[in-house]
Amino acid sequence: MADPVLALNGLRKSFGALKATDDVSLTLRPGEIHALIGPNGAGKSTLISQIAGKLQPDSGTITFRGRDITRLSTAQRARLGMGRTYQISSLIPEFSARRNVMLALQARQGHPFRFLRPVMRDRALLEGAQAMLARVGLAGRASVPSAELSHGERRLLEIAVALALEPACFLLDEPMAGMGTEGVGKLVDFLHGLKAQAPILLVEHDMDAVFALADRISVLVYGRVIASGTVAEIRNDPRVREAYLGEETA
Amino acid sequence: MRDIHKETVVNLALGLGLLLVPLWALWADQPFTITLATRIAILALAGVGLNLILGFGGMVSFGHAVFFGVGGYVAGILSQHATSGVPVLGLPGSNQMLVIWPVAMLVAGLLAAAIGALSLRTEGIFFIMITLAFAQMVYYFAISWPAYGGEDGLPLVLRNRFPGLNTMRPWHLFVVAWGVLMVVLGLMAALRASRFGAALMAIRQNPERAAAVGINPYGVKLVAFVISGMVTGLAGALMADLSRFASPAMMAWTMSGELIVIIILGGTGRLFGPLAGAAILVGFEVTFGGMTEHWKLWLGLVLLAVVLFARGGLIGALAGRARHG
Amino acid sequence: MTLALIFEQMLNGVQFGLMLFLMSAGLTLVFGVMGLINLAHGSLYMLGAFFCAAGAAATGNFWLGLVAGTAAAAAAGALIEVSVIRRLYTRDHLDQVLATFALILILSEGTKMVFGPFPLYLNVPPILSGTVDLGLTPYSVYRLALIGFGLAVALGLWLLIGKTRLGIRIRAGENDREMIAALGVNIRALYTLVFALGAALAGLAGALVGAVQSVQVGMGEPVLILAFVVIVIGGIGSIKGAMVGALIVGVIDTMGRFLLPRIFASFMEASDASGLGAALASMLIYVVMALVLILRPKGLFPAHA
Repeated sequence: MADPVLALNGLRKSFGALKATDDVSLTLRPGEIHALIGPNGAGKSTLISQIAGKLQPDSGTITFRGRDITRLSTAQRARLGMGRTYQISSLIPEFSARRNVMLALQARQGHPFRFLRPVMRDRALLEGAQAMLARVGLAGRASVPSAELSHGERRLLEIAVALALEPACFLLDEPMAGMGTEGVGKLVDFLHGLKAQAPILLVEHDMDAVFALADRISVLVYGRVIASGTVAEIRNDPRVREAYLGEETA
Repeated sequence: MRDIHKETVVNLALGLGLLLVPLWALWADQPFTITLATRIAILALAGVGLNLILGFGGMVSFGHAVFFGVGGYVAGILSQHATSGVPVLGLPGSNQMLVIWPVAMLVAGLLAAAIGALSLRTEGIFFIMITLAFAQMVYYFAISWPAYGGEDGLPLVLRNRFPGLNTMRPWHLFVVAWGVLMVVLGLMAALRASRFGAALMAIRQNPERAAAVGINPYGVKLVAFVISGMVTGLAGALMADLSRFASPAMMAWTMSGELIVIIILGGTGRLFGPLAGAAILVGFEVTFGGMTEHWKLWLGLVLLAVVLFARGGLIGALAGRARHG
Repeated sequence: MTLALIFEQMLNGVQFGLMLFLMSAGLTLVFGVMGLINLAHGSLYMLGAFFCAAGAAATGNFWLGLVAGTAAAAAAGALIEVSVIRRLYTRDHLDQVLATFALILILSEGTKMVFGPFPLYLNVPPILSGTVDLGLTPYSVYRLALIGFGLAVALGLWLLIGKTRLGIRIRAGENDREMIAALGVNIRALYTLVFALGAALAGLAGALVGAVQSVQVGMGEPVLILAFVVIVIGGIGSIKGAMVGALIVGVIDTMGRFLLPRIFASFMEASDASGLGAALASMLIYVVMALVLILRPKGLFPAHA
């Protein structure tokens, strides 16, 4: 089996007495969608924050593309090829959709210390951004400030920004949150195609979407991974049914 | 797009107005008015420096007067050593503006790098207090260090020179200050439209997002802070020449407050905002200062009203909301 | 340089630190509870000094002046809170800085209009004048009383915040605004009260210090900026941090001004040494602040860990 793109090894993070991340190890292999599920408060967001570099784990290591990135900053991880989206849309509000994507493109192309050449006359950036927006179906909304986009459009723009980084892996934090059924259906199709480009670590509450998309699922409860396996294995795991799915259906 | 167009018209009017008023004063033989216009241009330049980090970058530096004062002292010290012929740090002094300006910018830039490197480890209220505290540190140093006048400040016997002009004549000095302001405003416009400007404005709005696409917020902010300090330092060198005096008062905390006031009155984050703000402030001082000795009370009330009820400043009122394509 | 002199300077440092604590406690409380940066805190200090001096001159009694100064500062604080400050809680720090900067201009000029442009003088009350022999050295009774005052107020504040219902509400307000609203506490009144309390402490400090300095417009801002240094060192929002920070700043600043020129004089010419020593001593506390920032960016006692 190919080497994992991303590997967490024995990650721990506590806030006072609360063990938000308790000895978590998992991997993301090329070409797969690995879904991370768990009830609210299970520590999913804390875990994503550690992978993305917003929080430092107390112990354990994070390896990305064969390199230990545990101590790197968020920006360094992004430049190594980690593309993330946020649970609550987090864009540059006054920038248009186009400029949000251009920002990601310019950062990928290297250092931001170009002081005099105007970005809005940079054809490579403009055309690159337009292509990314077209891929997620936002080509017609390129000039709209991101604060004025609809909720669903902002979720798509988040993905376009992540695409622009041409990442080696995607961290998608609840991309379906707040989207209508139709939107979720389209997004499921889109992510299905996306995993060929780079593997996806997917945190998601929408179980139908997870079961439709995931190659593997890990279940997080109280900071621990209590089960990990294929869709069928997870569906039939009694511990998972008790700890998590049971609650959902009850 | 209409808003941008409107703002361009306002900017043109401000830039040309600042040129035409002293031109009229030259014709009408009103040298005091020319000096006021020079003061406006120099204060505007200092504000343009601060506007880069405060308006575009969202960093509220409450100690920017320190760069203004340091620029002033560089002009005063170099000029004093040029007169006395005694070298300073092994180098000869100079009374040439074209030598003094780069030195003032270099010294202010180095100081900004040191202050910025420490202050930018924090944000919000900490940043405000720490920039203020470091400025006080240099202020007290200037007061208690006797070699260059201490508390009394450092007079410039003659204004420093600019090739082809007689800087002792108000109109000539005005042309120098106006020219520098316009060049710096042009560079600032280019900077704002560049990749660096995009990164800086993105960090102001959402630093976490900027980091997630691979932009290092600390590095970008520090570079902006240094450029900002250099521009304000250049303004300080010009101010020392205008008043023929470099003094600790140039870096007093009230001066830092005035620089922020200039930006707010003109319109935060607007390219020509500092010019509008400086014109309002100097105009207010001249108009009401002649009527009552307590004009600062009225300034306070006006400022309070602007903050509470009229955010956007003059350019916001004239040109509408700012937009970024 | 004798042990007695060093001892005296240490006491001066502690006294200075305790006065700084009175200033810093209000600043840090207002930031901790309301999230507000208040530049006009120095103006309240000035008001306390002016009303104390005027009150003492009018009644011939220092103590009545002290009460007048403290009460005037508290009343001014409440008035400012109700008319201006409460509109700023939801604004960003820039608006808070500007609005309170505007308040400084208004209060300074207003004070000049009411009390005239010249400094006022406040005499130490007879019972506290003179010196007392502390064994090593005679020491000013008034300064000793300031130390006692400072400690008493610190103790009172500690009891107020730690042991009373009001204190519980203040601490709840620091942690969770919605929660105290849910508990049925009138937040508006609580905020006004906290602000007035901070103002009273600043006014008290101004009144007390007014007897050893001249009382003049502009006296508040240098102290305000030192109080900023104190709470940056101590950790914003922490009363304990304000106490520790105030003592650090008071002692280091006083000892630096005393010792550095003498240390330099031991290896350079006297005239150069006093200039350089004084210049470096004036920077000392800022260097300490920079060191604290490098090692503990959120201060020694971060309030919201």
